[in-house]
Amino acid sequence: MISIQNVSKWYGDFQVLSDCSTEVQKGEVVVVCGPSGSGKSTLIKCVNGLEPFQAGTIVVNGTSVGAPKTDLPKLRSRVGMVFQHFELFPHLSITDNLTLAQRKVLGRKEDEARTKGLALLDRVGLSAHAAKFPGQLSGGQQQRVAIARALAMDPIAMLFDEPTSALDPEMINEVLDVMVELAREGMTMMVVTHEMGFARKVANRVIFMDRGAIVEDAAKDEFFGSPRSERAQAFLSKILSH
Amino acid sequence: MNYNWDWSVFFKSTGIGSEIYLDWFIAGLGWTIALSLSAWVIALLLGTVLGVMRTLPGRFAARAATVYVELFRNVPLLVQLFIWYFIVPDWLPEKIELWFKQDLHPATSAFISVTVCLGLFTAARVCEQVRTGIQALPRGQSMAAYALGLRLPQVYRKVLLPQAFRIIIPPLTSEFLNVFKNSSVASLIGLMELLAQTKQTAEFTANLFEAFTLATVIYFVLNMGLMLVMRTVEKRVRVPGLIALGGK
Repeated sequence: MISIQNVSKWYGDFQVLSDCSTEVQKGEVVVVCGPSGSGKSTLIKCVNGLEPFQAGTIVVNGTSVGAPKTDLPKLRSRVGMVFQHFELFPHLSITDNLTLAQRKVLGRKEDEARTKGLALLDRVGLSAHAAKFPGQLSGGQQQRVAIARALAMDPIAMLFDEPTSALDPEMINEVLDVMVELAREGMTMMVVTHEMGFARKVANRVIFMDRGAIVEDAAKDEFFGSPRSERAQAFLSKILSH
Repeated sequence: MNYNWDWSVFFKSTGIGSEIYLDWFIAGLGWTIALSLSAWVIALLLGTVLGVMRTLPGRFAARAATVYVELFRNVPLLVQLFIWYFIVPDWLPEKIELWFKQDLHPATSAFISVTVCLGLFTAARVCEQVRTGIQALPRGQSMAAYALGLRLPQVYRKVLLPQAFRIIIPPLTSEFLNVFKNSSVASLIGLMELLAQTKQTAEFTANLFEAFTLATVIYFVLNMGLMLVMRTVEKRVRVPGLIALGGK
């Protein structure tokens, strides 16, 4: 579904990604972890072309992301993305947030988009808030709406960029619960997160990144049981020790 | 100071038909409003386009808009007006030049010159405000919009501009008021707007103080009224939590 081959990216002289390669199969959940500044967010933003990259190829469902002729908006409309800071549109009601892209990108009729949006809002447990504005919801609620907004586009895969890092601890679980459910339904997911509990529960594979490179790419049990690289061992012992 | 104020002067006949001096002020106010609103429409439309251009990823558009802003912001308004009124018509094709100078009513050609001049001048200032408004938004907003598959024009129309405009209503209001105040330059090319009518009344009646006091009051009340209107607009489009998010 998502194939990343030898991707490198530079900001001027500074290399943020070096020779990254991995694959995400249909229905697979891949967690990307690593210290801050290791390039995980950059890598996931390359997948839907939000960040350009200078070398390598990324192919999503048969479409090459970096190719000049690729219709990026069309590709992006099929790949859902959830951001660290939710990024709901604050001037639009929750309903309008859920329907805007459905109408403008997919060309759905107002009624159809609304029905779809509200069904998904119900699914994330927030149907009572349809008429509110994002600023009136808690962080956890906003992030659940953001997930619903992405799902409303009927995505073939979902990208999560540290979806719980900006949340208060008590709100993290309400977001993770939605993501776990999604994973169990067979959604293809690439998730940048430090939530190792989530990785343990639903990930098929874990990718560990450090200084722009993929250091470890292993099945979940293998990663948590016996990580090969020292760097990943050190990271895991730090993150799991308390 | 020993001065005998005579407020009844405004109700005296000008000697032209049944006109009184107050009528001149009303006519002048009409020109001032027509001029300012037309110039504001140009400024708002062009300024928005330029402001968007300055935030576009492509370098050419951003540079072109920057050149425009520097050009129109760094030359005095009055110099610009004289250029638009005295020089630009000479550069036009001969037919249009003759039409502009001879066929049009002098008031109409002056009106066109001032409207264009004031509109383009103010557009440079509106541009900077629109740019600031867009750049004040978190980068994630445009990313999220693109991630949903929206195309660049949709991202601006549906996501960035509605938020940017809400943020810049206060500075835009003062720009709007500036247009009304700046419109008084029109008096220098003979358009009988409020200031020109004031000067004419002062000359005809020798009641200089009364004439300028009335003009001051009219400008003041007009601008206060506009400010209140803009405050109402600001309140009506206010969205819970928007400004807080803009600062994130």
